[in-house]
Amino acid sequence: MMKKLSASPLIWPVLALVALLIVNVIVTPTFLSIRVQDGHLFGSTVDILRNGAPTMLVALGMTLVIASRGIDLSVGAVVAVSGALACAHVAASDDPASAGTVVTAMGIALGVAVGLGLWNGMLVSVFGVQPIIATLVLMTAGRGIALLITDGQIVTVTSAPFKILGSGFVFGLPVAILVSLTVFALVGLLTRRTALGMLLESVGINPEASRLAGVRYRTIVFAVYVFCALCAGIAGLMIASNISAADANNAGLWIEMDAILAVVIGGTSLLGGRFSLTGTILGALIIQTLTTTVYTAGITPETTLVFKALVVIAVCLLQAPKFRALVARRRKRPTAPTGRAETEEIAGQQVSVPSPPSMAAK
Amino acid sequence: MTTAHAGTTAAPVVRMQGVTIDFPGVKALDAVDFRLLPGEIHALMGENGAGKSTLIKVLTGVYDPDAGSITVNGVEQRFAGPRQAQDAGISTVYQEVNLCPNLTVAENILLGREPRRLGRIDYRAMKRRAAELLGQLDLTVDPGSTLGAHPIAIQQLVAIARATAISARVLILDEPTSSLDADEVAELFRVMRRLRDSGTAILFVSHFLDQVYAVSDRMTVLRNGRLVGEYPTAELDRVQLVAAMLGHELDVLEEIGDSSSGRASVSESGEPVLSARGLGRKPKLAPVDLDVHRGEVVGLAGLLGSGRTELARLLFGADRASSGRVSVNGSADPLRSPRAAIAKGLAFSSEDRKGEGIIGDLSVRDNLVLALQARRGFARPLSKKVKDDLVDRYMEALDIRPRNPGIPVKNLSGGNQQKVLLARWLITEPQLFILDEPTRGIDVGAKAQIQKLVTDLAKDGMGVVFISAELDEVARISDRIAVLRDGACVAQVGSDRSVRELTSLIAAGGTQ
Repeated sequence: MMKKLSASPLIWPVLALVALLIVNVIVTPTFLSIRVQDGHLFGSTVDILRNGAPTMLVALGMTLVIASRGIDLSVGAVVAVSGALACAHVAASDDPASAGTVVTAMGIALGVAVGLGLWNGMLVSVFGVQPIIATLVLMTAGRGIALLITDGQIVTVTSAPFKILGSGFVFGLPVAILVSLTVFALVGLLTRRTALGMLLESVGINPEASRLAGVRYRTIVFAVYVFCALCAGIAGLMIASNISAADANNAGLWIEMDAILAVVIGGTSLLGGRFSLTGTILGALIIQTLTTTVYTAGITPETTLVFKALVVIAVCLLQAPKFRALVARRRKRPTAPTGRAETEEIAGQQVSVPSPPSMAAK
Repeated sequence: MTTAHAGTTAAPVVRMQGVTIDFPGVKALDAVDFRLLPGEIHALMGENGAGKSTLIKVLTGVYDPDAGSITVNGVEQRFAGPRQAQDAGISTVYQEVNLCPNLTVAENILLGREPRRLGRIDYRAMKRRAAELLGQLDLTVDPGSTLGAHPIAIQQLVAIARATAISARVLILDEPTSSLDADEVAELFRVMRRLRDSGTAILFVSHFLDQVYAVSDRMTVLRNGRLVGEYPTAELDRVQLVAAMLGHELDVLEEIGDSSSGRASVSESGEPVLSARGLGRKPKLAPVDLDVHRGEVVGLAGLLGSGRTELARLLFGADRASSGRVSVNGSADPLRSPRAAIAKGLAFSSEDRKGEGIIGDLSVRDNLVLALQARRGFARPLSKKVKDDLVDRYMEALDIRPRNPGIPVKNLSGGNQQKVLLARWLITEPQLFILDEPTRGIDVGAKAQIQKLVTDLAKDGMGVVFISAELDEVARISDRIAVLRDGACVAQVGSDRSVRELTSLIAAGGTQ
C-alpha cells in the first residue's frame, strides 16, 4: 500500500498541501478550527474552499482541454463576460430581487458562455487553428466585450437570490464549493464511468491514430472547449455573486494562469493525454491555500506570486520523470517495485505512473 | 574462426562481459558477452525483444548496465551518457536520421566541431573539411546544399560522414536500410566496406537477411536477452541463423506456404466485399478499379511512392478521393471518414505504427478496445468483464507479450505493438481488412505469425488487402496482386506469377 502510494503522482500535491496546512497551523494555531455561526461553518479552511471554488471549476474545464492537447486562455475573459451579463440583466430588471430575474440572468450568462465555447471549439477543431492562438483571440476580445456590456463601470446589484451562488450556505457549507464539487463529481463520472475519458486521452496522445481508429476527434475537441467555457461561465457567476457586482476589468483576471497551474500541479501533462481530475482539485486547493497563507501570515499580498512560483517549482520538479528518476536512484535499487509500470486505480481515477525507459527492442 | 576480412587475432575494440540490464519484471540483457573487432562488419541479429536495441543502448551510453563490464580499446569504461560513449569513439547512425535538415550538409557533418577563426565559424574551412570527408567516402554531395533537400539515403550517408569526422573507431548502424531502395543500399554497403577496410569496426543491425549476408563478416545472435552465439557469417547458413534466432518456432514459417496453396480456389464470383471504381486522388494516384471478394487476399505491390499506400487510404476513407467511388457490399454511400468505413465493416492498419497506430501512453487494454469502443460511442462503455474477456482472448490468440494488459503500449516491442494494432481491428470483426506493411521493421518470428494470421483470416472468409515492400511476401500470401507504378495501377495478376515476373512488372517504368 505504501509502495502504491509513493509511486502515485498524486502523492506530491497531497504532501505539498499537507505541508502548507502545517505551516499555517504553526503560524496561526487556530487555523484548522471551524466554528458554527447561524448554522453556517466558518473558518480559514472553509474560506479556502469557498474562495477556491471558481478556480477549481475553471481548472476542471481546463483539465479536459489540456488532455485534448489544447489550452484555453480565454477562461478569464469568459468569467468577466458571464458576470457582466448577469449583473447587467439583474441591474436593469424591474424586480432584481425575484428568483425569476436571477435565473434568467444566469441562464443568459451561461448561454453566452456556451456560445463562446462553441466559437473556440470551432476555431480549434474545424479550422485547425492552434489552441493557444485561437483562445488568445477571445482572451483579448472577451474582456473588451465585458467592458462594453458594463459600459466600463462596475455594475453593482442588490438582489438576495443573486448572492446565493457566491456567498450562500446550504447544509452549513458554502454553495460555491458545493457547486464545484458537484461538477467535479459529474465530470469524474462522465469521463471515468463512460468511455469518454479514454477516448479523450486517446485524442490527446495521438490525434491521427485516434481518427483512423474511428474516434470522433472533432466532436470531442469541440465538446471540451464548450465544457471549459461553461465552467468559466459558472465561475464568473460565482465571483459576481460573491461581491454582488460585475467588475469587467478584474473579474477572473489571471484565472487562466491559476487554472493551468492547478492542472499542472495536479500531474496532467501540458502535452495532452492522461489527465487526473483529482490532481487538478488538489492543485487548485494548493494555490488557494497558498494565497490564504500569505494573507494570514501577514506577508504583503504583492509577494504572493513569488510564493506561488516557489511552490509550483517544487511540485513540478517532484513530478518531473527525470527528477524522480534521480531521487529513485539515490534510494536502494531493489526497492523499485515491479508494479511501477502498471496503471493503478486511485480514488476511481486512472493514474498513469511514469514507467522506466522503454525496453522495446527493434 | 577464420574470416576473410576480420583479423580475428586483433584485440577487440569493444568487449562486453556479462552485461546485464534489469527492467522491472524482465531481464532485457542477461549476462551477455559481446566483442567487436577492428576492421569488421558485425551483424547483430535477433527477434523483437531479443535485446538488440538494449545492447546498442548500453554501448552508446544510454543505459547503465546493472552488472558486467564494457571495455573499449582495452580501457574499462562506464558511460554516464551518450556523450561519453561518443568521446570514447563510438558513433551511431539511427534508422531515423537525427541531423538538422535545415542546415547545410557541411554544417551537419561538423556540427559542434566547426572550424573557427577569431571566435567565428570559418565557413570556408568548414566546407573544405566537409568536402574532404565526403571525398574519403567517395560521395559526391555538395557540402553547401541544405541537408533536407537530399533523400533519406544521402542524409544517412552524411550521418556516416559525420561519424567519421569525429574519427569514430566504432560505427553503429541501426536498421539503416529500411527506407532505402536497392541502389541506395548498394551505395551504403560500398561506403561501409570502405570504412571497414580502413579499420573501423561497424556494428550493423538489419532485419533483411539478404543484406546481412551480403555485407557482414561475423554475427552475434541474441535471443530473449541471452547470447546464443557468435559466428563467422560464412559458416552459418540462413536456416541455421533463423533457427538460432527463433529457437523452436521454425515450423510456423513452413505452414504458411502450405495454407496459401490450399486456398487457391477462392470464389471470385458473387458480390465483392469491396469494389472501387475509378478511385483516385490527384496528383498521387490515377483512377484505379479494384475488387476484393470474401476470403480473398489482394496484394498491392509496388515501390515506395508507387501509390500503394495512397490507394489503401482512399479505400478506407482516410483521405478524400478526387475521383471515383468505393462501394462496400454493394452499397455505394461515399466513405467520408474512417468512421464511416468502420461502420461498414472495414479496418485499416497504417504503415506508420507509431504515428498513426498506437496510442503510446494508453495501456495495451485501452489500445485493444479503442476501435470497438469508438464505434459504440462513449456513452456505451464496454463492461469490465467484456473488456477483460476480449483482451485476454486476443492477447492469447495473437501471442502478445508480455501478457500484461495494464502496461503502456509504448513499452512493447515493435512486433508486439503491431499485434496489438491487428487485434484492435480484429476485435471489431471486420469484413475487410486493409493492412499496410504490417510486417515492416519487426522480427522474423512476429512476421511469420502475422503472415499466418492473415492467411487464416482469409480462410475464414475475411477479405484482405495486403501491402508489403517485400515482394516474395506479397506473392506468397496474396491470391491476386495489383501492381502499382508511379501512381497508377498497371496490372492485376494471379498469384501464379513468379517473383521475377512481378519485379519486371513493377520495374517496367525503368525506376529500378
